[in-house]
Amino acid sequence: MAPPPPGFSPLAGAVAVAIAWLAIGLAGLIPAGNALIARRLAFPAGALAGLALAGFGLQAIWLPAARLVLPLGLPDLPFHLRIDALAGFFLTLLGAVAAGITIYAAGYFRKETAGRLALIALQYHVFLASMACVILADDAYLFMVAWETMALSSYFLVTTDHRLPAIRSAGFLYLLIAHLGALAILLCFGVMSGGEGDYTFDALRAAGLGPPGATLAFLLAFFGFGAKAGMLPLHAWLPEAHPAAPSPVSALMSGIMIKTAIYGMVRVIYDLIGGVRWEWGLLVLAIGAATTLFGVLYALVQHDLKRLLAYHSVENIGIILLGLGMSMLFMGFGHPAAGALGLIAALYHTINHAVFKGLLFLGAGTILHSSGLRDLNDMGGLIRRMPNTAFYFLIGALAISALPPLNGFVSEWLTFQTALQAPLLEHGVMRSLVPLFAASLALAAALTAMCFVKVYGIAFLGQPREARHATPAPGGGHDAGALERIGMAWLAAGCFVLGLLPGTFVQMLDRVSVSLSGGGLPAEALESSWLWLVPTAAEQASYSPVIFLSVIVAATLLAFLLVRGLYHGRVRYSDPWDCGYPERSSRMQDTADAFGQPIRHVFGPLYLMKRHLPAADDPAPRYSIKIEDRHWYLLYLPIARLAEFVSSKVGLLQRGRISIYLLYSFLTLIALLVFVR
Amino acid sequence: MHSLAGIAFQILQSVFVVLAAPLLTGWINQCRAWLQNRSAPSILLPYYTLAKLLHKDAVMARDASPLFRLTPYVLFGCMWLAAGIVPVLATDLPFAPAADIIALVGVFALARVFAALAAMDIGTPFGGLGARREMLIGFLAEPAMLMTLFTAAFISGSTQLNSIVETLAHRDLVIYPSLAFAGVAFLMVLLAENARIPIDNPSTHLELTMVHEAMILEYSARHLALVEWAVAIKLFAYMTIGVALFAPWGITEGGDWGGLPLALAALAVKLALAGAGLALIETLLAKLRLFLAPEFLASAFLLAVLGMLIHFLVRG
Repeated sequence: MAPPPPGFSPLAGAVAVAIAWLAIGLAGLIPAGNALIARRLAFPAGALAGLALAGFGLQAIWLPAARLVLPLGLPDLPFHLRIDALAGFFLTLLGAVAAGITIYAAGYFRKETAGRLALIALQYHVFLASMACVILADDAYLFMVAWETMALSSYFLVTTDHRLPAIRSAGFLYLLIAHLGALAILLCFGVMSGGEGDYTFDALRAAGLGPPGATLAFLLAFFGFGAKAGMLPLHAWLPEAHPAAPSPVSALMSGIMIKTAIYGMVRVIYDLIGGVRWEWGLLVLAIGAATTLFGVLYALVQHDLKRLLAYHSVENIGIILLGLGMSMLFMGFGHPAAGALGLIAALYHTINHAVFKGLLFLGAGTILHSSGLRDLNDMGGLIRRMPNTAFYFLIGALAISALPPLNGFVSEWLTFQTALQAPLLEHGVMRSLVPLFAASLALAAALTAMCFVKVYGIAFLGQPREARHATPAPGGGHDAGALERIGMAWLAAGCFVLGLLPGTFVQMLDRVSVSLSGGGLPAEALESSWLWLVPTAAEQASYSPVIFLSVIVAATLLAFLLVRGLYHGRVRYSDPWDCGYPERSSRMQDTADAFGQPIRHVFGPLYLMKRHLPAADDPAPRYSIKIEDRHWYLLYLPIARLAEFVSSKVGLLQRGRISIYLLYSFLTLIALLVFVR
Repeated sequence: MHSLAGIAFQILQSVFVVLAAPLLTGWINQCRAWLQNRSAPSILLPYYTLAKLLHKDAVMARDASPLFRLTPYVLFGCMWLAAGIVPVLATDLPFAPAADIIALVGVFALARVFAALAAMDIGTPFGGLGARREMLIGFLAEPAMLMTLFTAAFISGSTQLNSIVETLAHRDLVIYPSLAFAGVAFLMVLLAENARIPIDNPSTHLELTMVHEAMILEYSARHLALVEWAVAIKLFAYMTIGVALFAPWGITEGGDWGGLPLALAALAVKLALAGAGLALIETLLAKLRLFLAPEFLASAFLLAVLGMLIHFLVRG
């Protein structure tokens, strides 16, 4: 990351990047021969701007907060901008992850037609710029404008293939839930301002709500942002919208956009409302644990790769919420150091998830582009056709499975360490509840590992399951192109950097925590060198991924050299052993549904299953299973029916005759005259 | 802490574990044979098997990917690392702070994921079957193991295996009821994670029941030797974790050469008893149907969680 030129403050830089993104998006519209600008220049330039943004964000973490007022917007209502450590951290996340995804997108969208490409480039860069503005906003007005721009631009990106009805309905569902969330956020700002009419964040911070008002604002913010984050029970849009969008857009949405909701939660709850209460933490923990387990259990029974990844986003949002909830619990009970640890764990997982989920969605995109397959049951043996993609996908899969020494492990380790601070709590019930939430996290982590063994084993390993997919379609079957590889390699490197240098990142996040709540980690934790990660004190817990990795590599190498050196290295190649049954075919391998079968068996009551079993004498037996989310039938459909019922009753008022409408106006006037007089 | 003697101790312990692990396997097999009224094989049989496998030509499926070839070495490296974390002979070793109990569980998970992936690599039905069953067992055994270790961590206020062992070794003979629960849970996890009866049977190749053996069906010669060796080290590591948590007396400190003979003798006695106990359990129990395995492990998980709650109840 190039250091920004001197005399250029991070805030000005970040604003410049946002404007640059807008300009790039507009420049793509210029109809130069076959959308030359959008095809060749827009995305690489967007990626460079992302790198610059990451640099400015990193700088801002270490600097005091800076403000800026832009005379834009409505006449009396200028835009207020502010950058502090929290905003700096999220800008770093946005810039660094967007850089990888955007350079990938440069390769991915190359074959689009000119008109579509120009439009995608515009929506894509407006989407990026709006996310930067959400993070930079310092008043409710700009925040909501940016928030809505983000929702709309991503809606258009989701419905890129709007000719398919399934994609249109997925987009509608997304828009609907996004607006329910936005409504709650708007109400939350209203509650905080208390009718004063001043919506700058400074005014909201100074409002000093009483406990009922603060709790109301908390609930509105939690559910409003939760709808965007994909938290239970507002997650329904995620598994629909992510598969519908083109893969780089899925990566952006899952990697970054749902993180802006985490940003909003932290900003509003810790910074604007302030005075965190432990009861809030309990609610966040309960919903977080439910979201985590629900997400991973539903992911395990999916066979559409992108849907599966979307359910994992739900799970990971749950893990972030677990960290946030513990942090609120500890802060509410007056343990700022443990609270800071929880916040750091949550934010660490936020950036980790952005990196590895971005990487996994890009990998899924390459599979889709190259083989046209999205259903795991059709895949198999892709490692031979696309070794590069297989390699990067493996890193992402190991990282999300929370395996050391990659990054997913670090944040789960920190979350566990937070839970292990439970003996600090004086409240007996809470003290024994917190480890239970750690248990749910442990269960989810192990289930994730199972799920990604399934994904990787079925997609990349083994043999192609279906004869008709064994040879790629004409023009397909190739590995990722150079630009796509750079994008994936960048994010894969992120998995390693975040996994191997946790000490450095924890110091950064400690700055964020101090600037938000005033509380940070104990001094002993921060004094340790970059090699070590020490959350509280060295004798309590420590972890050194660099040493860990070197020992494991050394042991593996030593074993390799010893075996190689001492024994002859002859290898004979033959067919795999057929267990004495020569009719073995590649259709006998486990499919994705088969791999998830034990989970369906163990957690059966959780799912709504429709199974089709072939009869014994069926000459062409096909087995199919459809699994649906119970939330649809218990929550969404009743509400939809209620809405239809209410609107049908309201519809009675609409007679379609002008005289009747005039009568309504007349009656209203009479009523007003009666009351106003 | 990082004295030369400490490092020498660390290396000594790591080499000791790698060399001694097959002996424990041989001892358990011998005990099982005695208990089942068979004439026992030599205690050194695992070494002979390893030597035989290392000298053979490897046969590999044509479609094997690099992942398949790499996995035996990764498994061996992971288990070796695990053996370096556990205080087998001495506490306060220089490598210990680099990884705590959560990382230890992570290493086992890493090995499990690689083993399962390698099993699915060739594309035989048995490989996938074994991988699926192994992950099914793993997803419940892993959290149960973590909760067991957390109970010990709450007692000693640390997730460093070192500090835990030191706290537990230097206590007066207090009985922690929470540790009793954790102990039972740990035993159940140990049986499941090391492919022992009642979850899996290490000496069968019957397709209806095998789990671990189904995964390594395609390995031969030196690759199989490494896998088998890694299995032996894993069992050794689990047994020594059990010893460290529930019977840590007699362990020496890093760099204290005088305490070494006593520590070695204590370890030998404890492992001999534990191995005989394991053989007894395996002889007395029958293998569970596969779908009873989740119930078995879920009870282990709940026992571990109960142990943790009891710790808070008794203390508070």
